[in-house]
Amino acid sequence: MPKKKLGPMNLYPLLPKTNCGECGPKTCMGFAVQLTERNLGIDQCPPIADPKYQVQLSRIRELLAPPVREVVIGTGPRKVRVGGELVMRRHELRYFNQTAIATLVSDDMLPDQVQAKVKETEAFRYPYIGSTLTLDAIAVRSVTGDPASFRNTVKTVREATELPLILWSFDPRVIAAGLEAAAGHRPLIYAANVENWQEMAGLARDAGCPLALFVPDDIRTIRSLAASVRAAGVEDLLLDVGCGFSESLPSTINDLTEIRTAAVNEGDSLLGYPIIGSPATLWEKRNSESDETIRWMESCLASMMVIRYVDLLMVRDASMWSILPLVVLRANLFNDPRKPVSVEPGLRTFGNPDPDRSPVLITSNFALTYYTVLADIEKLDCYLMVADTEGLSVDSAVAGRKLNAQKVADIILSTGIEGLARHRTLIIPGLAARLKGDIEDATGWDVMVGPRDSAGIPAFLKEKWEGKDHTPGWSYR
Amino acid sequence: MQGTDQEEVLKHLLRIISGGGSLELEGVTFSAEELSISLSDLSAIRAVTGEVPVPAVTEGIELLEWQPPRRTYPGKIGEVVLGSTRGDGGSRVKSVTIGGATTPAFHLFEGSEPHPPVVAGSVFDMVPPLPGPVKSSFGDAVEDPCAWAKAWVDRYGADLIDLDLISTDPYIKDTPVKRAVNLVEDLLQTVDVPLIIGGSGNPEKDAKLLPKVAEVCAGERILLSSATMDMWEPVAKAAQQYNHVALAWSPIDINQAKELNRKLLGYLPMDQIVMDPTSAALGYGLEYSFSVMERIRLAGLMGDRDLQCPQASGTANSWGAREAWKRDDYLGPREYRGPLWEATGALAFLLAGVDLFIMVHPGAARTVEDIVGWLVDGRNLPTFPEFIGVGK
Repeated sequence: MPKKKLGPMNLYPLLPKTNCGECGPKTCMGFAVQLTERNLGIDQCPPIADPKYQVQLSRIRELLAPPVREVVIGTGPRKVRVGGELVMRRHELRYFNQTAIATLVSDDMLPDQVQAKVKETEAFRYPYIGSTLTLDAIAVRSVTGDPASFRNTVKTVREATELPLILWSFDPRVIAAGLEAAAGHRPLIYAANVENWQEMAGLARDAGCPLALFVPDDIRTIRSLAASVRAAGVEDLLLDVGCGFSESLPSTINDLTEIRTAAVNEGDSLLGYPIIGSPATLWEKRNSESDETIRWMESCLASMMVIRYVDLLMVRDASMWSILPLVVLRANLFNDPRKPVSVEPGLRTFGNPDPDRSPVLITSNFALTYYTVLADIEKLDCYLMVADTEGLSVDSAVAGRKLNAQKVADIILSTGIEGLARHRTLIIPGLAARLKGDIEDATGWDVMVGPRDSAGIPAFLKEKWEGKDHTPGWSYR
Repeated sequence: MQGTDQEEVLKHLLRIISGGGSLELEGVTFSAEELSISLSDLSAIRAVTGEVPVPAVTEGIELLEWQPPRRTYPGKIGEVVLGSTRGDGGSRVKSVTIGGATTPAFHLFEGSEPHPPVVAGSVFDMVPPLPGPVKSSFGDAVEDPCAWAKAWVDRYGADLIDLDLISTDPYIKDTPVKRAVNLVEDLLQTVDVPLIIGGSGNPEKDAKLLPKVAEVCAGERILLSSATMDMWEPVAKAAQQYNHVALAWSPIDINQAKELNRKLLGYLPMDQIVMDPTSAALGYGLEYSFSVMERIRLAGLMGDRDLQCPQASGTANSWGAREAWKRDDYLGPREYRGPLWEATGALAFLLAGVDLFIMVHPGAARTVEDIVGWLVDGRNLPTFPEFIGVGK
């Protein structure tokens, strides 16, 4: 049954219609709009908690339930939420819970190796526009088949980190041992298949843990398995249909896309679960390839899987060069497309600029460009003019004529920078080099071409600016 | 890094991408079969299994009927031929067809893509500020655009070459039109693959340059790059007169892309337009490009005639990200990180619906070509109902 798109008019009749404003919006209609856009949750409406609205409340919850179930793995501040997605494509609204990424340890590793691997995963940090990109979980895999070694490895990991755990084995005895060592921490059990599912479902139900289902390349069977496991009392499921490169790649991309299409566009609740995938399995069929070979492939496969709806990924290592592109891609795709792309144009002042000695820089008002430049210059004494490039980066703005001499002349006037910087010298981004002559003609200012990347600004100033005479008359003008 | 080290890194990188040490670069040609064998050995990994074989029985599970989701789309992406062979009045050894899609990108369950996306190797008419890993892939060849293009074709098997005449910009070198056009003529003699020829992006100069380029390339069906909102008519007229294809560039803005196409469609038929909605770098706005590309593809499939042109991506923009080129021990070796950055951007755009990639690193280009090849092989798999069948 195709799922109808939820609109505020589906929700409004069920709300208390008190227009009390306690939720934020002034009216219940306004609240209904915010609910459909997922900016507010139903818990933000105090009146509806009244028992007389019980029927309405449960109907609202039903209507708001995302077509892809949200599943929580782990406990405490580091727990991760996966799934909970509403749309196939980010421009339709936004993606919500970013793909969680786990690294892998196995039970044949020595405790200090396990600890080192956990530490490496925790240490994976990359500052990125106002936040820090990190990895999210540790998968512990049984390769010995021995419950005791699995229990010990899980225990070692548990003691080393608060990150959520994934317990990886197809042997229910091994999983049971792992669950003992991770009791109370809500690990993900990976995985139930068509053979072991009854025992696995029992373990998941009794421990109150989420359970992944694994049926390679067979959507009909994994869907049927989901129905059976659900009937056995486990609701928090994840789906794994396998992944691979080479001749497996078409079915990988196809199955992932088809599952999410069925869930979101058709409202198929048996496929409406988060998807888990393990590019880490590329390491298994290794012949004589170098580590770098496999890392490269693993990263490419993982990136394609992030784009194609996978909610939880297992990679082998926290290898910076190969995993950084993946986590940045993830951050990009899960960025809220409704957020403005641009910042307010105008003048920004950093430190205590001096009218004769402090440089004047200019950049675009594309948020990513602006914040990147900001991070590079905020400790300097300088002025930064933010031009209204309609949210385009410098190179696109120059190519698209959104940054041109006239724009620069206008901003020089509107910011009153002439009264602040007597030297009348402007440093433009290297990517706008071709505007130099036009700007000089249009403004009467001197123009210096700065570096192509704002990371080079401090070095550029040291070399080309500091100690030079910038009082009026310094230049040929 | 010294020359020999650079060569070593590059060799190693191509070995990485081609899956193992079986590939030698110089003086040795390798056949496609050899390559695909080593690639599939590397990566034919279905899934987990190590411990438990895929079971033959489905114990206690009631196998439910399932109707897979199916959708048909009223529209179709146009087909564009780049390059013209001798038989068709040109001098190219082959032509390349792009576009023709009837589904969103790689929705293999809904249909196939008639023409796999392709990669063009990028060269410039002067040495631009190139990232180290790109420079070391070509060595001294970057000093000479023809040698650079030849390296792309002979060493790295490029299907198309993109030459950008950036030095013609009055604010860079102001290379005269005549000299730039001579270079284009030399390039036509040097390589025999289809060509993309771009100006500097300076609208006044491009308006003079690109018609001359179109003239000397008459009959070759080049992709003329690019028409923009404030300089489209000279490109449209030149493409019309000399039977080339126009690349319509817009700045991550679907409405502008549509408006520009509409203008061009006044001069040119659908099969002479490719659109470039701008490829922002991974980490620097990639998602805006990604979503505009997805929206364009979907709008075209839903029947919007003005958005049914195939899409091109200047994926080389990925190198604008400092994470791609910066030397930084914490971030790991840039010889691998940089090209992977470009490849990752390309894979995102591939899945958003791009038909033509313009790239600068041969390793990244190769990755995209391999992945496209594997995805396209899916067409030869058994038809859909069997391959999701239970008995598999």
